[in-house]
Amino acid sequence: MQAKQGDDAPSVVVAKENNALKLYSLDDAAARYGLDIGMPLANARAICPQLIVFDADETADAQLMNDIADWCDRFTPLVALDPPHGLYLDITGCAHLFGGEAALSKLVCDLLTTQKFTVSAAIASTSICARTLTRHVHGRIVADGEEARAVAPLPVSALGASEAITTGLRRAGLKTIGDVASRARYEITARFGAAFTARLDQALGQGDGPINPRKPLPDYIVEKRFAEPVLTDTVIAATLSKLAQMLVAAMARDGKGARQLTACFFRTDGVVRGIVVDTGQAVTRTEIIDRLFRERLESLSDPLDPGFGFDLIRLSASRTEIVVQQQHDLDAHVHDNDELAALIDRIAARIGSHRVVVHLPQDTHIPESAELPVPAQQNLAAASQAAWQPRIEAEPPLRPLRLFERPEEIQVIAQVPDGPPARFVWRRASHAVVRAEGPERIAMEWWRPDGKGLTRDYFRVEDEAGLRFWVYRDGLYDRERDPQTNEPVQPAWFMHGLFA
Amino acid sequence: MTSARMSALASLRGSIERIEAQSGSPSLARAALGHAELDAALQGGLALGAVHEVFCEGGRQSAAATGFVAGLARRVTPRRPLIWVRQDFSEREVGRLSMSGLAELGLDPRRLVMVRASDVEDALRTTADALACDAVGAVVLEVWGETHKLDLVASRKLTLAAQGAGVTGVLLRIAASPAPSTAETRWIVRAAHSPPASPWQMWGAPLFDAELVRNRHGPLGRWIMEWKCDECLFSEFTAADSQSVAAAPAHRPHQARAQLQDRLAG
Repeated sequence: MQAKQGDDAPSVVVAKENNALKLYSLDDAAARYGLDIGMPLANARAICPQLIVFDADETADAQLMNDIADWCDRFTPLVALDPPHGLYLDITGCAHLFGGEAALSKLVCDLLTTQKFTVSAAIASTSICARTLTRHVHGRIVADGEEARAVAPLPVSALGASEAITTGLRRAGLKTIGDVASRARYEITARFGAAFTARLDQALGQGDGPINPRKPLPDYIVEKRFAEPVLTDTVIAATLSKLAQMLVAAMARDGKGARQLTACFFRTDGVVRGIVVDTGQAVTRTEIIDRLFRERLESLSDPLDPGFGFDLIRLSASRTEIVVQQQHDLDAHVHDNDELAALIDRIAARIGSHRVVVHLPQDTHIPESAELPVPAQQNLAAASQAAWQPRIEAEPPLRPLRLFERPEEIQVIAQVPDGPPARFVWRRASHAVVRAEGPERIAMEWWRPDGKGLTRDYFRVEDEAGLRFWVYRDGLYDRERDPQTNEPVQPAWFMHGLFA
Repeated sequence: MTSARMSALASLRGSIERIEAQSGSPSLARAALGHAELDAALQGGLALGAVHEVFCEGGRQSAAATGFVAGLARRVTPRRPLIWVRQDFSEREVGRLSMSGLAELGLDPRRLVMVRASDVEDALRTTADALACDAVGAVVLEVWGETHKLDLVASRKLTLAAQGAGVTGVLLRIAASPAPSTAETRWIVRAAHSPPASPWQMWGAPLFDAELVRNRHGPLGRWIMEWKCDECLFSEFTAADSQSVAAAPAHRPHQARAQLQDRLAG
């Protein structure tokens, strides 16, 4: 598909190929001069000096195709890209919603044409057959079993095989697909490879290749189309809650609950906005879905922009799981867990799921990596089973309550080089140490790939005001060498944490 | 007409009574903290379903205040989930809350859900949300520095949410000075130094110098107390040769505040 140029001057888009500028695409006016895709720009200029030339921007092209594919989501959930300029729409089971295949094809093409795209479409029972047809005829609908007859008269180039194969076939005197099909398969396979034969079979309707849809098919979809685009928040909210009711009813029939919900807002001008909400446990109630979306919509950093209005709102459950019915009234504990999970879902919907965390203990001695924050939505159950190291009875705390992610360098005066600090300066304030305990030696984990580092000697120190610190000396005097420079280390001191 | 007016008046009177009953009732459930004098001053312990504020003077005292808050949370709810809401900035200033450190104080890291809000508004909303959820045991909101977002209105919202669900909220205000609020109690917490002993003797349990500067239903005071990590309760600090700290006279909130500001300025 290409955007039409309005004026009459022939214009082309060029791209660099093998160090030469070649025509990448052209408009009708340029085609009338006899220009063709793949022709060097110099030749084209010689044929037609008044040519207007644009540079190809493949990223923008891909983006545009993506936007069109987004827009096509309103017809079927299975839309696949066929780069560079094609789209597959799997309309199995969807066509009747739009009044049949012919009506659907006409609707899609008309809507795209009004947006000034040139469209060539075909409907067939295999994707490759339809693709082959679009190369030469527009609007063809092939009935089941008629594929071979439909594609037979088309030239072999329509198959979209590589340049070498197309040329080879033409040199062998096989000009149309019908010619190729009439040869025995083993001859074709021996000459052009099994991939080409498979493609040929698919084009002839004998076996289907899978398409590669952009999005996984949601388990449940409900949608509402509007004759008149809707703009106001109240209508949108009311629609969402009505859709949520339908979705919940559909899921309840199968005993399922949603773990991930997607609301898609299709704007009349083709922009599609999808909003995803994850939940920590399967949701089976309309109010909860409602509230999650309300929180999410309120907190969007770029709010939902209705533009000229939405003409389709779709709610889908992208991930579902079977709900085990629990009897809540007799077991308060289960009820509490549910409530907590719902609270976490709400907070996560508003501020992001990575911001609500629980901690899992890690099997390491290095204090700063001993605990791993993980999203609470997915790991609540794992965290409640985690095995933390129990504290030692009748010992004062051995680990600080507040730990600096990056230890801060301090200036230390120590009586003996290996001893505890006598005085240190942290954040521009000087602290005199009145008592210290240590060292607690923590060696780096040399068996890990990133475990090379200096041994740390940790000291617990208290200053004259009663503040308690966890400081360490990075490296041992005379015994360790810098891993990079292999020089004896000059140990530095760091502040790593604060004790209560 | 008159009957309508009468009924309107009656309903207004009713709502005023309700408001007064709420604010004036000392009938809130309480959790004993373990320190006898303190519990007496608090009339039985820390009020549940209310909001309490803990201030500390600067980043250096933050760990003491955090430990005190953790202790309060542990006393309030030994088993139910604890939601800890904090700003991103606070982590950079005073370090992150360490789970092994919490475990050392006798708390269960498995019960803790941490919310890392990017700003105070998010943090406040999340806190109000969590306070309104009755499955939660306690909610801690950690805010670093002064902020005008945490005004009387915000504080009132938190209090109402806490009252509604019976969840206890604790505000940990690091490097901030007290401002008017609807909190049930307000504390200024510092680290207390260990008793003088031989230098090779190690310190004991965490020691707090906690000053109660606001108490809606009782006297004020200042105590040195110890958090017993094994029993999980606060207790009187009894070291034979500890320096006695003179208790501040009761009802001196203003002076305490002035002192605090002096320190902040200095």
